[in-house]
Amino acid sequence: MSDSTFKRFVEVGRVVLLKSGPYAGKIAVVAEIIDHNRAIIDGPTTSVPRQSFPYKHLTLTPLALTKLPRGSRSGTIKKHLEKEGTLTKWNNSEWAKKRAAVEKRRSLNDFARFSVMLEKKKRRDGVRKAVKALKA
Amino acid sequence: MARSKELVPGVGRFSRSQVAAKRGLYKGLKKSEKPAVEPTPETVEKTIGGNNNGEKRIVPTSKAPRFYSAEDVRQPKKSRKTAKPSQLRSSITPGTVLILLAGRFRGKRVVFLKQLESGLLLVSGPYKVNGVPLRRVNQAYVIATSTKVELESIKLSDELNDAYFAKPSSKGAKSAEEEFFEEGKPKEKEAFPASKAALQKEVDSTLITAIKKTENLVKYLRSTWGLSKGQYPHQMAF
Repeated sequence: MSDSTFKRFVEVGRVVLLKSGPYAGKIAVVAEIIDHNRAIIDGPTTSVPRQSFPYKHLTLTPLALTKLPRGSRSGTIKKHLEKEGTLTKWNNSEWAKKRAAVEKRRSLNDFARFSVMLEKKKRRDGVRKAVKALKA
Repeated sequence: MARSKELVPGVGRFSRSQVAAKRGLYKGLKKSEKPAVEPTPETVEKTIGGNNNGEKRIVPTSKAPRFYSAEDVRQPKKSRKTAKPSQLRSSITPGTVLILLAGRFRGKRVVFLKQLESGLLLVSGPYKVNGVPLRRVNQAYVIATSTKVELESIKLSDELNDAYFAKPSSKGAKSAEEEFFEEGKPKEKEAFPASKAALQKEVDSTLITAIKKTENLVKYLRSTWGLSKGQYPHQMAF
């Protein structure tokens, strides 16, 4: 595979991010590939039940379970996930953090949005003053 | 036909016997003692002028109508609809910060005080903070935010009712001459009544102390609300 530029593949053990449906935004693991449209995914640690899921509605992440046997059931997948610490790896990734931040901003109420605006103003002002002090 | 609601004008829901049973007519008719009214006589004797008119004539007291309609006139259906008292939105409680969407103060953030008898909301800017006086607004033209000011201790005077906001009845009409010469001149400005100003101050003072307990809340109330690019109110949390 050294001549391929692709890094993420649809494979057993691949950690995927769900883009739609009731579990949108959660991660799960590919347990089995059904065909070129769907795979069986399972997320025992993220409360995603085992189900078939179209590739169209999921995104491949750089994470993957290395030693997951094909067609593993939920218990085995859970064991592998916990052993490899995949969930913490995901939560510490920039991608997950960015998603969490966007989600947080979206859920702010009007007063909180206003407070964020004030904080941003304060930060801009601080930067401006620091730059000026350095230039002088 | 109080018991027997009208299905269509003139036709009741119940039969005569059903109504009689409901009225409890088996107990005998109710005896009410009305003050005896002297029956007006049906006819009156009037003296008639002229030689050949027999001097006197018996005339009915109430004239019989000269016109009878050929068909029965339909009874109009009685409307039993009454206006429901308006219900306050559950997201609005005393102290809720509201965003005004219409009127002179649109875009302003104000504090809700109470709902008035008419269903309108009593709000205050407070006046000292953002220039919105004690004012009535319709809750349809308001966004309720989840931000609340602690108003446990506030006591609103009973003066603050719908009558307080009613327009003063106009004084007697001016003379035509006065009006003629007044045209073109700017109208005399009437001073804001001192009692209302005092009441505003009184309400605001308690309000402002409550508002100052939260950081940035004064600034928040002073600022106006608006939407910028990519902001859709139905997707936003307030």
